[in-house]
Amino acid sequence: MTGRALILGAKSAIARAIARGLSEEGWDLILAARESGRLEPFASDIRLRTQRQVDAVEFDALADASFSSLPASLQRNFGEFDLVVLVFGYLGDQQRARRDTAEIEKILRTNFTAAAIVLSHLANYLVERGKPGGIIAVSSVAGDRGRQSNYFYGAAKGALTLFLQGLRNRLARTRVHVLTVKPGFVHTPMTADMEGMFLVAEPERVAGDILRAYKKRRDVLYTPWYWRYIMLLVKCIPECVFKRLQL
Amino acid sequence: MRKYPISGWGLYPIVKACKSKACYSQDLVDFALRKKPMLPQGNCRSYGDACLFDRVVSTLPLNHLLSFDPTTGILCAEAGITLGEIIRFALPRGWFLPVAPGTKFPTLGGCIAADVHGKNHHGEGAISSFVVQLDMVLANGSQVRCSPRTNSDLFRATLGGMGLTGFIYAVALRLRKVSSAYIRVRSVKTTSLAETCSVLEETGAGYLYSVAWVDCLSRGGRFGRGLVILGNHAPADELGSNTPLRLHSARKPFLPFHLPRLAINRWSVRIFNAFYYHKQLRRSGEALVHYDRFFFPLDAVGHWNRIYGRRGFLQYQFVVPLAGGGEIVKEILRSIATSGMAPSLAVLKILGPRQGGLLSFPMPGYTMALDFQVGDGAIIPRLRELDELVLQAGGRIYLAKDAILQRPNFEAMYPGLEEFRRIKRRYDPENLFRSHQSERLGIS
Repeated sequence: MTGRALILGAKSAIARAIARGLSEEGWDLILAARESGRLEPFASDIRLRTQRQVDAVEFDALADASFSSLPASLQRNFGEFDLVVLVFGYLGDQQRARRDTAEIEKILRTNFTAAAIVLSHLANYLVERGKPGGIIAVSSVAGDRGRQSNYFYGAAKGALTLFLQGLRNRLARTRVHVLTVKPGFVHTPMTADMEGMFLVAEPERVAGDILRAYKKRRDVLYTPWYWRYIMLLVKCIPECVFKRLQL
Repeated sequence: MRKYPISGWGLYPIVKACKSKACYSQDLVDFALRKKPMLPQGNCRSYGDACLFDRVVSTLPLNHLLSFDPTTGILCAEAGITLGEIIRFALPRGWFLPVAPGTKFPTLGGCIAADVHGKNHHGEGAISSFVVQLDMVLANGSQVRCSPRTNSDLFRATLGGMGLTGFIYAVALRLRKVSSAYIRVRSVKTTSLAETCSVLEETGAGYLYSVAWVDCLSRGGRFGRGLVILGNHAPADELGSNTPLRLHSARKPFLPFHLPRLAINRWSVRIFNAFYYHKQLRRSGEALVHYDRFFFPLDAVGHWNRIYGRRGFLQYQFVVPLAGGGEIVKEILRSIATSGMAPSLAVLKILGPRQGGLLSFPMPGYTMALDFQVGDGAIIPRLRELDELVLQAGGRIYLAKDAILQRPNFEAMYPGLEEFRRIKRRYDPENLFRSHQSERLGIS
């Protein structure tokens, strides 16, 4: 099944890899991001290689007032779309966020509030079309358990994971599928300055996993696969022990 | 900012550097406006210190195709795209690189900065002959287009300019129309250096591609024997059962660790050479060879540079004028043989008359590339003695391979240097674009 995919946060490394994968399978693309003009070389590259229709559109996750009219305006400008891929996120600075209200708000709003609002409106659009559709949303393994090194980001991603569970439950009887993606460490600009990373995966591998999981109608994907078991272990540690760990 | 060890393909020298990445053309502008000395960097496939500096800006994320005109074959692409990626796009559409160097891993921008040549230089010139225009970001942050007609001074300085004139953001390159992925190859076995040279010169002129592999460890009358390899693109109807536009495979085995230094010595090289030479039994043979094996045989093993051990190797490539050039090549090879240096690979080729940029390496003559293990470094003063021979013969050393050339010799080898410096000062008055090589040689 192909059609048109809307990619939110299209400048991220994972989003680009997903966009490439989708275009090679025959999908048309709407690439939504801030400073979307910068996506033009990427868009022309995909057009040249695959002959698909690729459009870039301005989208700011922090401008959530405009989200209710987003589906209609996208359909008006680019035509119907069948798949929504939400990739935007903001890691933030954990140390700074401890004392900086603005940073806390930016982390929580980008990773959770904005995602929840935009997905709600887009889910309504996909359901009301009455056609098969899908939502792929990139959450994080960081949302599986709160840790001192990233609990603002982790809390927002954890909330997103819960939101997606509920949305999936609601949409289960419709023709719209919801896939929650929980990547581990990935080589991207977001993690470029992060220390202490291990088992780091390439965005292309993560994107390949995501597209395969979507085609198989999986609900939750850990990528690469071993993160499922790492997080299972992490979740099994009793809180009285966990709170003393340096994680 | 953290510093990371970086090196060219020769793994010598290794230096520490701050690495940044440019993801958008705007990033290039921002880097320029920071006014700190830096070097644009591609895929680090030049051998020595041409791609090294304290602060490098990687252009690898700038790897997008911008447009392609199937009637003219002109491809516009961002400079960070590798040659292999260009082939992957162009070949299925019936087009190929106009110039293929010995590896498909360098970036397009890097190839232009080094004005790389291939096996077709004798007839068609280096890659500069096929560059239609360049989009650049200059030291003052301005975005400028240059071509043989507009900003032609900048254009001539940038072709072969080793990345010192500014960022090359995008390139318009004229591709070659082909009907298959295969080369019809004729290889001629020669018994002496004189014969190798004469076959290259006389028979080679009739072929699009020509190159010779030389066994420089053979002695006596067989000194300089080799294989002259000649080729043309095979038309699609001569392929038999081969798929006409078959691409190279993406996955290759690679050497996962450095071999011990002693793995490459005059005996192992001599044995290899003997096998390679005698593999072909008849004097002259014909075969149909896929482009990946014909142009890029060494790409078959990833990290092949590790066979020279941790201390790396030097590729010594010089060119000497055609008149009397054969004798100079012989003299250089003799002096290498008598001093006990063991070049592990020796390639000879004739370069043609097409002029590139002001600092482009090619000039009409014989060019020879020799690989030497760095080892304890005793090789370096000996190679510098060879520089003198090359200079006296009116020749020059290839900057993309060089790590050890000395400034006075360099200045005497490149007559376009003064003009290059003038143009560089015009477009980069604060000398922001630098490399370890440019500082060592005083290029700017």
